[in-house]
Parts: sequence; C-alpha cells; structure tokens
Amino acid sequence: MRVRESQPLLHPTVVLWTAVGLVGYALLPWYGMDRNFFTFGWLLDGYPFKRSVAPALFLNLQGEKLWLAPIGALLLLPPLLLLRRGKSEPFFSRLLLWVGLVGGAWFLLQGFGIGLRGFQWQWASAIFGELDDRQFGMGYGAMLTGCAFLFFFTLGLAARGAVGGDEFVVGSIGFIVAVVGIFIFMPIVQMLLSAIVTQDGEYSLAVFFSKFFSDRLWGLGCMAGGPRCGVAWNSLFLAVLVGVVTTVLGLVFALVLTRSSFRYGAVLRALTVLPIITPPFVIGLAIILLFGMSGVITQLWAELFGIQPTRWVYGLPGLLIAQTLAFTPIAFLVMIGVVEGVSPSMEEAAQTLRASRWQTFVTVTLPLMRPGLANAFLLGFIESMADFGNPLVLGGNFDVLSTEIFFAIVGAQYDQAQAAILAIVLLFFTLGAFYAQRFWLGSRSYTTVSGKGDAGVHPLLPSAFRNTLFGVAGFWTAFTLLVYAIILYGSFVTLWGVNFTLTFEHYIKAFSIGWTQFGIHWSGSAWSSFWTTMQIALISAPLTAAIGLLTAYLLVRQSFAGKQAFEFGTMLSFAIPGTIIGVSYVIAFNVPPIELTGTGIILVISFIFRNMPVGVRAGVASMSQIDRSLDESSLTLGASSWQTFRRVILPLLRPAILAALVYSFVRAMTAISAIIFLVSARYDMSTSYIVGRVENNEYGIAIAYSTVLIAVMLAVIGLMQLAVGSRNIGRRKTEDPQVSGWRSNVSLPGRTQPIAGGG
Amino acid sequence: MSEIKSNAASVEFRNVTKIYGRSPTPAVNDISLLIEAGKLVTLLGPSGCGKTTNLRMIAGLEFATSGQILIGGNDVTRLPATERDVSMVFQSYALFPHMTVRQNVEYGLKFSGLNKKDVNDKAKAGLDLVGLSGFGDRLPSQLSGGQQQRVAVARALVLEPQVLLFDEPLSNLDAKLRRHVREEIREIQQSLGLTVVYVTHDQEEALAVSDRVIVMNNAVIAQDGTPRELYEEPANTFVADFVGEANILDCEIEAVAGGVASVRLGPLALQLPARGQTPGPGRLAARPRRIEIGAPGEGALPGTVGKVTYVGSHLEFMVETAFGGVFVLSSQIDSPLMPGAAVGLRFTGRGPVLITA
Repeated sequence: MRVRESQPLLHPTVVLWTAVGLVGYALLPWYGMDRNFFTFGWLLDGYPFKRSVAPALFLNLQGEKLWLAPIGALLLLPPLLLLRRGKSEPFFSRLLLWVGLVGGAWFLLQGFGIGLRGFQWQWASAIFGELDDRQFGMGYGAMLTGCAFLFFFTLGLAARGAVGGDEFVVGSIGFIVAVVGIFIFMPIVQMLLSAIVTQDGEYSLAVFFSKFFSDRLWGLGCMAGGPRCGVAWNSLFLAVLVGVVTTVLGLVFALVLTRSSFRYGAVLRALTVLPIITPPFVIGLAIILLFGMSGVITQLWAELFGIQPTRWVYGLPGLLIAQTLAFTPIAFLVMIGVVEGVSPSMEEAAQTLRASRWQTFVTVTLPLMRPGLANAFLLGFIESMADFGNPLVLGGNFDVLSTEIFFAIVGAQYDQAQAAILAIVLLFFTLGAFYAQRFWLGSRSYTTVSGKGDAGVHPLLPSAFRNTLFGVAGFWTAFTLLVYAIILYGSFVTLWGVNFTLTFEHYIKAFSIGWTQFGIHWSGSAWSSFWTTMQIALISAPLTAAIGLLTAYLLVRQSFAGKQAFEFGTMLSFAIPGTIIGVSYVIAFNVPPIELTGTGIILVISFIFRNMPVGVRAGVASMSQIDRSLDESSLTLGASSWQTFRRVILPLLRPAILAALVYSFVRAMTAISAIIFLVSARYDMSTSYIVGRVENNEYGIAIAYSTVLIAVMLAVIGLMQLAVGSRNIGRRKTEDPQVSGWRSNVSLPGRTQPIAGGG
Repeated sequence: MSEIKSNAASVEFRNVTKIYGRSPTPAVNDISLLIEAGKLVTLLGPSGCGKTTNLRMIAGLEFATSGQILIGGNDVTRLPATERDVSMVFQSYALFPHMTVRQNVEYGLKFSGLNKKDVNDKAKAGLDLVGLSGFGDRLPSQLSGGQQQRVAVARALVLEPQVLLFDEPLSNLDAKLRRHVREEIREIQQSLGLTVVYVTHDQEEALAVSDRVIVMNNAVIAQDGTPRELYEEPANTFVADFVGEANILDCEIEAVAGGVASVRLGPLALQLPARGQTPGPGRLAARPRRIEIGAPGEGALPGTVGKVTYVGSHLEFMVETAFGGVFVLSSQIDSPLMPGAAVGLRFTGRGPVLITA
C-alpha cells in the first residue's frame, strides 16, 4: 500500500457532505427558490427568523415544520458514529447507505406528502391531524440537504466496493441519475399520468381511451374527401415526407461533394452551419414572405398569369418546403460520413469485375449506404415531428401534434389531459424512431473505414447522373440562399407586399438606445427579451457543458452495472420533443415541492436538460480520441479519479468544452418549443417574443429581430472557431469533431481518430 | 541532491482468476505465482494469453474475479490503482501531451505529499537517471520515440514504487533501439534493485532481460523458470515451440531408471533425463543449433537434405528423415551440401530433452 499519513479522524468526504448538509439545514433558507436564488436580499429580509426565509433549524426552534427535525438529526449521525472508522469497515458503508436511504426517503416523503392543501394522503392527516399550513417550494437549504443525503448514499456504495470503490465516480453517477430522474423522468411521468385525469380532476380510463382514439387524432376524413385528417396522421405523413426528401437531398449534396470533381466543397459545408444558428420558425417566415398571400413570388405569379393569389402555402406544402430547408443540412452531414465511409476498394473491386460506373453505384455503393440512408431518414423524421416553430407560423389548417399540444394547454380549452394524450402519441413516434436509430441501425453499419489506410480512390459518377445531381444541388443551394437573402431584405422593408420602401424603422423600434440623465436607456421593445435571453443562455451554457462532459466521462471511461440504461436515459432527451418537455415542466413544476413556473430557473433547467446531449456528444467524441492509457497511467501514478479528470482529461478536452459551451449557448438562444410554455412576463425570451410579433402580424420587427439573432450567433460561432483553431498541444491537428452536427437529435456515425500517447 | 531509491517488494498471486464480463472463458485461470523482491520477471506469451491482464491486476487497473494478490505481503486484491504503490510504463508511454517532460515526471510526486523542493529534486534525479536532464521543458511531442520511452520510465521510477511494471515497453521502437533500451532497463533495474514485472510477446527480449520468465498460454502458466531452463529444458510442446524454434520428434521411452530414461529414436538409443516421463510413446524437443549435420554413419540419424537457405550468418537446412522434416542450423556457411545429399544428424552434448505433449 502507498504510504499515507496516519488515518484522519473522520473520512474527508463525510466531513464535506456533513458540512454541506448542515449549511443547508441550519444556515440557508429552506423554502422558496426564485426570489432568493440570484440575489441575497433575503439576508436583510427578516433572516433568519421570518418564516419564508428561515433555515429549517430556525423553523424547528420556533416549533414549526417539525417534520424537518429528523433530517437535522440524521445529518449528525455519520460524523458522530464514524469517528476514527476507516472506509473499509463494513459499518462505515452500512451506516452511510442507511442514512442516505432513510434521509432521502424522508426528504422526498415530506416534499411530496404535503401539498398545497395540507397532507396529500388521508392516512397522514388521520395520524398527524390536519395541517393548517401548505407546502412551499424547496429552496437552497432543501437542495443542499438533499445533496448531502444523496452523496452519503453514494459514498456508502463506494465504500462497499461499487465501481472499484471510487467515490468520485459513484457520486457522479448518483448525481446524474438523480438530476435526470428529477428533471426528465419525473416530469414526463407526471405528464403521462395526467393523461388519465379528467377535467374534473378524477381518474378515468374510459375518458382517456375515448380521447386517445378520437377522430381528432386518428380520423381519416381526408382520404374520403373530407376536410381534414387526424392530427397524428398529419404529423406522421409530414414527417415521412420530410424524412424522405431531406435524405435524398442530403445524399445528393454528399455525392456532389465527395464523388464529383466539385471544387467548392467549403461553401457546401458552410451551409451546414445555417440550421444551427437559425431560430426554427425563421425559415417559415421567409416562406411566407415568398409564397404567402402578399409574398413576392405569389404576386409575381398573379400578375403574370392573372391567377387569384391563394393561401396554398399554409399547410402541408409550406411545411414541407420549410422543414426540408431547415433539416436538409442535417441529412447532408450524416450522408457525408456515410458516403466517405464506403471503402473505395469495394468499388474498385466492382469495377475490376466489369461493372460500369453506374452499375457499381447501384449494386455496390448504394446498398452499402443503406443503413446510413435509414439513419438520415429517421433523423429527418424525428426533427420534423418535433418541429414546433414552422407549424406555428405556417401550419394553417394542417394541424400537427406539436402545435396541437401547445393549443391544448395555452388556448381557451386548457385541457391538460388532452395535451398529455397528444404528447403520448408524439412521444411514441419519436421514441420509436429513436429506438430504431440506436439499436436497430446501430449494430448494422456497413461503413468500412478501418484503422488501416485504404489507398483506393472513389470512382467518379456517370456523367449524366452527375449533371442531374449538380442541377438538383444547385437549385436547392440557390433556393436556400434566396431564403436567407429574403430574411435580410425583409427586415429593411416597410411593409412587405404593400410598401417595399427600405427603412430602418423595424430595427429602431426593436433596438433603439436612448440617453437619459442616468446613462444608457435601452428603449427598444426587444431589449428586455434580448438581455433575458442572453442572461439565461449564459447561465445555462456552462452548466450544460459541465453536466454533459461529466456524463460523457462516465460513459466513455467507466464501466458500471446498468451503464446501458444510464446511457439510454441520458440520451433520451434527444428524442423528447421540446413541446413535450415544456408541457411536462408546466405540469410537474407548477406545484411544490419543486415550484418553478414563472421563474428564470425553470428556463435554465429546461435548457440544461434539453441541451445536455449536446455536451455529452461533444465530450464522448473527443474523449474517445484520448487514449485510455493516459488515465490509467495517471491512476498508477497515485492520482485519484477526480484528480485524473481535472488534471489530465479536462485540459485535453478544452476544445470540446468550448464547443459544448458555445453550442449550448446558441441552442438556448434559438430554442422555442419548450420555452414558449415556460416564459413569463418577467422572463420573456427572444424567440417567444418574435413568435408573439408574428402572431400580431408584425412581420417587420420579427424578421429584424431574427436577423439580429442570426448575426449574433454567427459572430459567436466565428469567435469559437478562431479559439478552437488556435489550440496547441504540440501534435498534429485533430479534426473538428462534427461541430456542425450538434443541432440534430441523434448521433451521427462518428469517425474517431485515436490519439495514442506517443507520437 | 536526492536519489532514486528502491522499495522493492514481492508480488504474489494466490489462485487468481479473472473473467471479463459474462465471457465464458476466463482471461486468467487459477494462477498462483511468486515474484521475489528485486527480481525482473517477464510474463511471456502470445497475444490473448492473459499476460497483460495479469499485469493490470498487479497495477490495480483490473480486479481479480477470485483469488488473492499480495504485494510486499499485504493483501491488495481490492485496492484501486491509486492506492497501490505500483507504477507502470505503458506500451504507448501515455505521456500527458499537455504537460512538459518535467511536469510529466513530477505528476505522481505531487500526489505523494512531498514538498515542492523534494518534488523538484526527485524529478531532476529521475531525468538524470535516464539521461534526459536537458529536456525538462519540452513537450512529449518534441521528443523521439526512444526519449519518450525514457520519460515514461523516469516518471514511473521517481515514485520509488514497490513494483515497477512494463507493458510491452519496446514494441514502439525500431529494432536497433530496442536492444539498447532493454539493456538500459535491465541496468537500472539491477543497479537500483527494483522489482520489475515485464510483459512481452518477444521471446528473445524476454530471455535477454529477465531473471525469470513465466510463459503463459491460454490463461494458465505453461512454464516458469530462468531463461536458460526455458530454452534448454522446455517443459512442453508449447514452450519448446514458442521460445525459440524446436524440432519436436516422436520417440519411444523404453525404460526409466533412477531419473534416466532410455529412449529409442529410430536407429538411435539415447540416455536422457526422464523429467517425470514414463515408459511408452514420448516426445523429444531438439534445438536446431544443437543438431550437427554431417556424413551418414554410426550413431547418426540418416536423412536427405531437402532445402538449403543461406541467411548470411549461417545456413538453414531442412532435412527429410523417417521422422519428418528436421530443421538444422549450421554455422559452417561454406558447407558444400546441396539438396538431395544424403546426410547424418547427430545430437551434441546437451541435445534433445523429453517434453510432455
């Protein structure tokens, strides 16, 4: 054994979490989050005796909330009983497991057992008598105390030898499992449960089934010439169409880039950045400017042919165009990897066996790409299903699930159960696709790139085919550029379709700055939401990156029981549409013990867990490039796994950290689907503000604001690429790990390039 | 000026078995061994034989499924790598690319509770020892492969570990450098009196550096002995074949008396150490260099030259005999023997040995 100083009086980790727990119990306000989360005003506001800001200890001393007292007592058990006891003694682990379990259970029990109207359960009020008090949302104090119990428990597990007895790793796993459980699974489960609650607050399966199988969802009226089909069919039909079209276009672009002598590949690759920085509904807006009633193309067409302009674009056609524009770059990214992954020697072999170029392509290249095509299709499918912004502005009478959920909650009908049922259907589709993508395709890839150099060269495509590809790709590129040009131009036009004189009016209205005697006055109407967005995005980005990278570390570097389930759980939020997260957060966090609606915190949390997979993917991609022997050598040199993580892995992950930061920031700025449920008057976000303007037909401001957002994010991404480009650890440059793929929901086929320890 | 000392301790395996996941076959199957303090012991075997798993279990990077591992007499079976006093030189060297050479060498010292001055001195002594005093401020990527290797050794040495582990340390070096570095490792090991466990699949390297070699095959120990024992007296067909080349000949053991076996090999009658064999069909292993090729005659195994290959330092003969092809090396490179010539094969003093099948 390595020689250590004499055994400390008390295990340091026990000291740490006892201290944290006691601070939570005795020093910080137990209740109420938002008002005292970002400020310290509560220190002057009657602390520590006033009820709303008092720590649990002071509440107990005043004879209130006595059910919190056992928590304080439990916190004192470990330090008292574990004095001079080593980690290897069975008593050590048994006590900690016991304290963690009992404490945690009691903690949850008092949290959920007491609702807005006293005890939730009849038997509890029968035993303890009616409460005259309601439950409040948990605050700092409760949070820290909960953490203390959690980490006592994990320390106990580690002491029993879980994951090689590593406290840091077991603690991290426990932490991730706890937060994912609280902020992803619990809300989703609560939402699913609310599907069987009727408007009157009773449980009824009959009502559930009648709603679930209603014509509104599954009607086939349109087949029989009726006005409309069920929402579920609409969504499914649209998603399949978008999946097919984006996959074909993605393949076309990938072939143009890799299999023809096309020289401007950089331009095509640059286009893939666009969907990352474009708020989702902006494409829809541009489509309206082009094809809407007063759209330029519609007007042109009407003048040329004397046809009355119609609203044809609102509905399936417009949605198809907008979503294809938005998601083709994602399919393109997938297909590049797939097309390049086909080993040239296969194709060369086919050619030496007397197949022509075209025959080679059809009989060898295309079949080898089949799993990749399916992958791209499923991605497009999920993206289309989850898309909320475009249907909101372009949907017309063509209802889809994601917007229908929104209207069920926000509209006059306010029907939680209906929203939940729609969400279940939507979840069923997206999770099905996600499952297929991960488990069915995952094991079936034919991509044949191995570590060995493959010296062959891909054959060129037959020229007629190539020209067709050029034509399609050229047309679509031109169309994409037109769309973005229209957005920029539209922001300077007085009133689209009526008055095309150029003006700065919209920018001035939204972003004017005045001077008053007190200094700068942000007088534009957009500033408030803009600064809120920046603030929330800046707070959530580092948290997202941290949780994501920690999860990636556990996934890549540690092996533990249940790792598969752990991975599935953390990646699941890829496949959960933002609308569903929004609805379930509203349902779950509107009531104690976690009372967050209307706060900024709920926005931050929703961003963290919506964008966590971005951080995970960034971390996994670059961590699998760091040779495992680096960790192992650090461990054999006497560093603990936490020290290894901090001193070896984190420094080497710097580019991934930066990328995760920037992308979670950017995604926080462009998100709309979850956010629109969670914003409040005090915390309005840019995107929901823009959607509000669109609903009021103030297109000018909406487009101007969108343009500003795109410009800001372009600048952010540009700065990041500069920063990443200048990294130097004195070895060959590593490829930018799939930077632009992170907008999409599901993992792209990775091309990892292991860096060995030596050179 | 501080020096690198040795805290050499022994390593003992007691019935250690390692099974990965739900794999049906163990990677290491019920192995017991003892490595004395201050010795360099090599684990030798083909890939997949379990030698690296053994090494990683000593390091604490893997944990035994059953059995006990002791270092310096203390049970460390469940102790993680961080808490074991063992350091390891990795096949890839695993130098931290974002730290300078000095930071790499100081890395482990910083966790050992030494003060800053001691850390500096130790690191300096370590770099001196491997002859890289002037290279402290370079990044690993600015060093050659051999220099990186020496940094990795220094980094492991400065911790003065009870056991120093080498995982195929020479496999990333070119052939010339390999001989040089392995001599350096041996020299450092002997001058400091370190306990070293060394893994390789290269039998020549194993014979050259070791006090003792443990040959592994299929998750068990095939033979454990000094390099000379292994080469001159292989215990079984696997070792005879894996450690150097050997002709395996079927023979008849006619009688065993007083530890000496009377063996009949075609026209030849041989008296050989019995090595536990019993009368009946047996097997002989004979090294190509221990067979002389000459004129046919009394006491010689008759044969015909099948193939002659000139490889510079010697000639290689494939001789067809009644027992199949026999491979013979001859340093008489001017020998006039041509394919088709009738020859006789004779065993030299320490010729063939009886082995188990």
